[in-house]
Amino acid sequence: MKNILLRHMQPKQSGVIVKVTATGELGRRIRDMGLVPGTPLQVQGRAPLKDPVAVRVRNFTLTLRNNEADHIHVEVEDNS
Amino acid sequence: MSASAKEHLFALAGNPNCGKTTLFNAITGARQHVGNYPGITVEKKEGLCSLDGRTLRLVDLPGTYSLTAYSLEELVARDFLVHERPEVVINIVDASNLERNLYLTVQLLELGVPVVMALNMVDVAESRGIRIHCDELSRRLGIPVVPTVARRGEGKEALLRAAVDVAESGRRWEPLRLSYGADIDPALQDMERLIVEKGLLTDLYPARWTALKILEEDEQVLGKAREADPALTDELLAQAAKVTQHIQKTLDSYPEAIIADHRYGYISGLLREGIVEQRWRGDRLHLSDQIDRVLTNRFFGPLIMLAILYGVYQITFTYSEVPVGWFEAAFAALGSWAESVLPEGPVRSLVVSGIIDGVGGVVGFVPLIFLMFLAIAFLEDTGYLARAAYMLDRVFRVFGLHGNSFMAFIISGGIAGGCAVPGVMATRTLRSSRERLATLLTAPFMNCGAKVPVLAMLIAAFFTENRAQMMFLLTMLAWVFALVLAKIIRSTILRGPSTPFLLELPPYRIPTFKGLMIHTWERIWQYISKAGTIILAISILLWALMTFPGLPEEKRAAFEEKRQEILNALPEGVRTSLEASETPETSDPVVVQAAAALSDLSRQEATEALKHSFAGRMGTGLEIFSRWCGFDWRTNVALVGGFAAKEVIISTLGTAYSLGDVEADESLSLSQRLQKDPHWNPLTAFAAMVFIMLYSPCFVTVTCIVKESGSWKWGLFSMAFNTVVAFLFATAIYQGGRLLGL
Repeated sequence: MKNILLRHMQPKQSGVIVKVTATGELGRRIRDMGLVPGTPLQVQGRAPLKDPVAVRVRNFTLTLRNNEADHIHVEVEDNS
Repeated sequence: MSASAKEHLFALAGNPNCGKTTLFNAITGARQHVGNYPGITVEKKEGLCSLDGRTLRLVDLPGTYSLTAYSLEELVARDFLVHERPEVVINIVDASNLERNLYLTVQLLELGVPVVMALNMVDVAESRGIRIHCDELSRRLGIPVVPTVARRGEGKEALLRAAVDVAESGRRWEPLRLSYGADIDPALQDMERLIVEKGLLTDLYPARWTALKILEEDEQVLGKAREADPALTDELLAQAAKVTQHIQKTLDSYPEAIIADHRYGYISGLLREGIVEQRWRGDRLHLSDQIDRVLTNRFFGPLIMLAILYGVYQITFTYSEVPVGWFEAAFAALGSWAESVLPEGPVRSLVVSGIIDGVGGVVGFVPLIFLMFLAIAFLEDTGYLARAAYMLDRVFRVFGLHGNSFMAFIISGGIAGGCAVPGVMATRTLRSSRERLATLLTAPFMNCGAKVPVLAMLIAAFFTENRAQMMFLLTMLAWVFALVLAKIIRSTILRGPSTPFLLELPPYRIPTFKGLMIHTWERIWQYISKAGTIILAISILLWALMTFPGLPEEKRAAFEEKRQEILNALPEGVRTSLEASETPETSDPVVVQAAAALSDLSRQEATEALKHSFAGRMGTGLEIFSRWCGFDWRTNVALVGGFAAKEVIISTLGTAYSLGDVEADESLSLSQRLQKDPHWNPLTAFAAMVFIMLYSPCFVTVTCIVKESGSWKWGLFSMAFNTVVAFLFATAIYQGGRLLGL
């Protein structure tokens, strides 16, 4: 197991959120969408221009920009 | 309202995409009213229905994910609950996405409003193997839970009955007291005690909720508290700061985050065992994922998007042609009927040239708008517009905008034929004031449904060979202008970082016919009521401006004298026949020539009269500037009129040319008239089209900008800024073209 940023996850890779470092409005929006520590997620894919990234979380699809994904630390399986 | 009263007020709350509006439509049907919340343009939908002799008034609150103070919608929803005190909040929850939807439910319960839950889309959940035990959920939450399928109207009666029961049981506000952990609970308790003691805002909010919001640093609550009791607020803030410091030191986190964690903790505890039964492993998003694999594919996604936009175009323009023709014919018939019934004079002129022509030009356009709105509603309701925002965000961000700006641009006429009024209103999905302002200032550059016929008329006159290409080019140009100007605005007067994107991609859904129709009808109605009121008034005003004051007596006498001169030169018999009608039936060259000279004279007189009118003087005055971009006073008059509503440009040009041309052959379209006019050529037409595309938004849009931005400053700014930009570009095109010898 290792910690990486959501930005660096590969399509179809799964993991569990360990930490959200965003504060203020971004932090609040991320939490409103259910991205809190302990939540499992899976990367669905990326937009044609590689950004934003689409994530499956709590049974729905959420898209967020790469620079927003930078605030989300995810624990993933080691073998990549 | 007391429990025995026959009328009840309920509010509908829920996440976006949970089927809230569908349920609202299913319950109220056509008995609804769309308005705005006072002072802002967040839509307020109200509807009525009756149940067992009671009248139920339902308010559809804006869809929100939470009840913070970050967006207008959330503030509106919260303020409505607090100030209007609906007897029951019907919380619509997507059964197939229970966990996240319950986050809002928990916040409603924290606030203490009586809640009845509509567990919606149970059919979708069922088809994915998810069964939810409503009774158990209801028991654990302590609120009624009613399964519904909004699309088919299933469960709506049971839901309303449950809500009425709660309303008539006289239940009071009872805030849910959650535990937020050992770090927060003690401080929260202390703060709550202080708030109760001093009665801080207790007439509005439960004390614990106020304390919680202060810990969450909620600007609105803090502002109100400061106003009510500054000393106490400082004391509370000091307490909150202590907690914050402690949490930061020990947990490297913030109270807000800890509070959210505990809310989610409460939710997962709630759902643990016995509520959600996963009967087989089904992925509710399986089909949506498959579709997305194609529609948001790196190569096919953008191509399909272009194809869809082009398809919308084709459908709107092709299928609207015939009904638009009917409307035009009907108004033309009405015009000639009025002409035959009314005696010649100012009244006839007012009715035919002012009212029928003015309003007819606008109403004739309804089929096109209808199809356009229908197509947009379809894209929106299927979930495709969210995908488009997702794919385009990277592009919009370059210009300092947001993926959601896309919707505002599209609705304003990004696919030619929208309307800037709902477009400007659509900017409220944007949360940052900077991106929002930049979007609402630039969205009106798009070719809205009112500019399209004006452009189409000019294209038909001067670019007959390449109509579709020209329209496409103008649409592309509108995008280029809007984006580049947005970038300029965002890096000068609205400089600042971008706001969070975080957009949900809802599962693809087939829209309901009823939903589409209601959606489309709302927008059509906005358009028609605009035509009926403002445009009618403006048509009359413009007619008056163009009719009064008439030519001075000596000028009219001079024209009469010249007319007599021509007539006197002719033999007796021909003269009387010419005086009776202006179209002689002989082929005698002398007579034909005289007739031509006479009609020429009448035309000159009419033109002279128009030029002499108030509007003519205004237009002539503006020629000092407009000659740089090749416009004469007639175009200027029309452009001034276009500020009232862009549709008016066409009717004013029409009126201006038909008034200036007594011989006006009714079948001759304005395009053909302009084509014949020596002043017009493809270069002037192109400069005019660019000017029309860019200059000041219409009066209605400006009022919307004022409302949305909250100040007249931005309304005036958009009028001045857009007109200057339009003038500069039109001049550049005209002068550049002349240099190139076009």
